[in-house]
Amino acid sequence: MLRLDGLSKTYPNATQALRGVTLEMKEGEIVAFVGGSGCGKTTMLRLVAGLEAASAGSVEIDGEIIREPHPWVGVIFQEPRLLPWLTVAQNIGFGLSALPRAERDARVEEALLRVGLAGYGGRWPRELSGGQAQRVAIVRALVARPKVLLLDEPFSALDAFTRASLHDHLLGLWQARRPTLVLVTHDVEEAVTLADRVIVMQPRPGRVFADLTLDLPRPRDTLAHDFSDAKRRILKALDGSLQAEAQAAATPDTVGAWW
Amino acid sequence: MSLAVASSSEAPRARRGAVGWALGLIVPATLALAYEAAFRAGAVQGRLLPPPSVVLATLWSLARSGELATHALATLARVGLGFVFGAGAGVLVGALTGASATARKLLDPTLQALRAVPSLAWVPLFILWFGIFESSKIALIAVGVFFPVYLGVMGAIAGVDRKIVEVGRVFRLGRAELARRILLPAILPDAVIALRSGLGLGFMFVVAAEIMGASEGLGYLLVDGQQLGKADQIAAAIIAFAVLGKLCDAALVIATRPLLRWRDSHARAEEA
Ligand SMILES: Nc1ncnc2c1ncn2[C@@H]1O[C@H](COP(=O)(O)OP(=O)(O)OP(=O)(O)O)[C@@H](O)[C@H]1O
Ligand SMILES: [Mg+2]
Repeated sequence: MLRLDGLSKTYPNATQALRGVTLEMKEGEIVAFVGGSGCGKTTMLRLVAGLEAASAGSVEIDGEIIREPHPWVGVIFQEPRLLPWLTVAQNIGFGLSALPRAERDARVEEALLRVGLAGYGGRWPRELSGGQAQRVAIVRALVARPKVLLLDEPFSALDAFTRASLHDHLLGLWQARRPTLVLVTHDVEEAVTLADRVIVMQPRPGRVFADLTLDLPRPRDTLAHDFSDAKRRILKALDGSLQAEAQAAATPDTVGAWW
Repeated sequence: MSLAVASSSEAPRARRGAVGWALGLIVPATLALAYEAAFRAGAVQGRLLPPPSVVLATLWSLARSGELATHALATLARVGLGFVFGAGAGVLVGALTGASATARKLLDPTLQALRAVPSLAWVPLFILWFGIFESSKIALIAVGVFFPVYLGVMGAIAGVDRKIVEVGRVFRLGRAELARRILLPAILPDAVIALRSGLGLGFMFVVAAEIMGASEGLGYLLVDGQQLGKADQIAAAIIAFAVLGKLCDAALVIATRPLLRWRDSHARAEEA
């Protein structure tokens, strides 16, 4: 459904952020991308979002090539990026201006209810906590009913409790329409909690190092054996990606120290 | 909901504003009273600087005869027209150079060079071009208003956060929509500040314009008072200028406040 075909990006400063990434993601799949800093995860998301043009290769959704922002693709950034001059409700409805007012209001109300923010529609963004603001950002992307939702470390600025509750919110929202989720994260636990598939990336130039399928039942039990097994598999792959890089860079003293 | 939030923060803010006002009045009121007392006690003559009671009496008689209103309105009309032209041009050109790097490279150096010209140096040229009546005065005021507005709007547009603009791109806003739904609200706080400094300069320049030669206006009262040695009339005109300027600024702030309700209360408290 979402196809990356030989996707490459070289920035004007000659940094090769991504080289020849070929991947296929299924409809409704939750795919997590992990990898050391600078291995092109954000770059890949920006290419899929159409915010950046590929140097080579292509992004396709259901056979349609993505070159600029597309109605089927929703984006959730690391920061909420709410528009401070709009109320919470207006922020959520921002992408729905083509809809009749009644339907827009109904969708916004429903969205607020789903993420436990009923009654917050009239507030200004500055009156929200970080977790609340990120919830608003999530539903702002989802009310437009995208087929693909891109998330770039959306929970990294939040504390562990808030993060866990946002995982629940996200999975609940995902269940309703099952868009394909592409999630970039630094948190292996988060990847195992949410994803069906984890892709480990490797830097300089950014490419795929390992592609792991997680066959765990939902809802995931963080204390179960298969959960920690999955975590271990990912950590091992990450370690491998770092070693491969370290060998390439010939600085063996940093091997494994990252974790 | 939004109403409840707004009004709950409005009341204490108004009270804090009133206290701030009262504090600000202490120093000038004390000075005025001290001077008045010194005059009454015969310690100062008060010919060069008349005591507050005399100035107030002059102001009162000017107001009663209707002269004050005539002069204030004449000044206000000049500032108003000059402000409309200067601020209008400043917003347009500032938006252009702020949004387009090409336009900035093309226009900004010239405008910066013109800005370096002390504005009163334009006076002879404007008189030559527009005559000694209203047009040259309004042109001078417009020039004074233009530059702060231009600089403020250009800086605000160029400085809009790329991250916020990206939100607009993700939702596929076209150029016009991006300008209306993202850029305009984003620059509004800075634009209001730019307009306020423009208005302030407008009042500076109206004095210069009216001193150059006018048959009415608060600036005329100044010149007239000087020529006839009426220090009380000069002082009265100065006070009228101060009050008029402050009122216009306050009107601008109040008119734009509904548009800026979303801002952090910290920023709003600082402004008060
Ligand atoms: N706008 C840009 N111009 C030039 N180089 C860039 C730009 N953005 C990213 N890069 C470079 O491209 C590489 C990949 O960056 P990217 O942001 O995609 O990494 P990342 O995997 O998201 O890292 P992190 O985990 O730290 O967020 C890095 O070497 C980075 O320095
Ligand atoms: Mg990143």
